[in-house]
Amino acid sequence: MAKPKLKEHHINRDWCKGCGICVEFCPKKVLELDKQDKVVAVHFTNCICCKLCELRCPDLAIEIETEL
Amino acid sequence: MAIKDYIRERFFPHIWCPGCGHGMVLNALLRAFEDLAISKNEIVMVSGIGCSARISGYVDVHTLHTIHGRALAFATGVKMSRPELNLIVPMGDGDALAIGGNHFIHAARRNIDITAIVMNNRIYGMTGGQYSPLSGYGTLATTAPFINIDHAFDVVELAKAAGATFVARTTTYHVKQMSELFKEAILREGFSVIEVLTQCPTYFGRKNKAGSAVDMVKSFKDNTTPVGSKAKLESPGLIERGIFVQKDLPEYTREYDKVIERAMKKR
Ligand SMILES: Cc1ncc(C[n+]2csc(CCOP(=O)(O)OP(=O)(O)O)c2C)c(N)n1
Ligand code: SF4
Ligand code: SF4
Ligand code: SF4
Repeated sequence: MAKPKLKEHHINRDWCKGCGICVEFCPKKVLELDKQDKVVAVHFTNCICCKLCELRCPDLAIEIETEL
Repeated sequence: MAIKDYIRERFFPHIWCPGCGHGMVLNALLRAFEDLAISKNEIVMVSGIGCSARISGYVDVHTLHTIHGRALAFATGVKMSRPELNLIVPMGDGDALAIGGNHFIHAARRNIDITAIVMNNRIYGMTGGQYSPLSGYGTLATTAPFINIDHAFDVVELAKAAGATFVARTTTYHVKQMSELFKEAILREGFSVIEVLTQCPTYFGRKNKAGSAVDMVKSFKDNTTPVGSKAKLESPGLIERGIFVQKDLPEYTREYDKVIERAMKKR
């Protein structure tokens, strides 16, 4: 199977509550919280599109879009 | 359908606290719906009262938000009248096993086709952190400021003994397993119990110095092990997760149809 390629991290800043769960459990340390405690995909080039952030977010605030 | 098609977006962001595990249960349940490509019209979600019970407000299926501890009784009524529908009943540990304990054991005993999810955060979140029958010996709560001396139920053992035909446990760390268990429970016929160890950082976490939501999720990873694993023999304190019971027994509404048939013949 071809590796999925990242298109974009969709982050809903209105829904994100800054709990840090996606940040902590991202295997590639792609994500960080900004000054307003909202998540940002700082190191997006390292993302392996495992979608663990998306699956664990308690607030449905982060979504990984991949190239088809 | 995408998971967003299964929610009532107008009610988001939801009311749960930052890092509350209930949102992770919602997330996993939506993935299960998406994977099964199930129609919203085929699902009825019934909940009682509690932070956990608020979940039924967020899901765009048929929903009933009922009274504390009685969700399974309402769900039984719905299932008896519309047996073709899929009934899902998410409950808090207090809702399911304190006030609702009696409904719980009897629904299990009847093997009525309902998926019961126990969102076990070991505390009454909604009302301010009182201990529940799942808090466990030695924990702290608003109502046990010195120490809780009540022993906890083991949800899996209780469900097994009461006659549930599918019994499983997972945690908010293990979200993929959670979705898989939800899917299995929805697809099968009979009373299914899935206990999800989930975090209430606001009350259980603060009272018991369990750290942040992240720390609590990590502890689910560190303190659990797959059922039947060797690790359990070496560290008996580990909590097992996975499927504990999976058996086929006649389902209640199907049996009831037979009773109706018999009664009609006698007329
Ligand atoms: C008949 C009745 N008794 C008590 C209450 C008060 N009450 C509301 S929610 C709740 C317990 C909530 O705890 P739990 O079910 O574990 O859910 P959580 O909030 O932790 O998700 C209680 C006692 C009520 N609403 N109705
Ligand atoms: S898990 Fe969700 S709510 Fe928590 S920080 Fe990440 S995006 Fe925000
Ligand atoms: S998809 Fe995986 S690697 Fe990419 S940001 Fe999310 S958790 Fe990290
Ligand atoms: S009080 Fe606890 S259970 Fe209720 S929303 Fe907050 S973290 Fe969740």
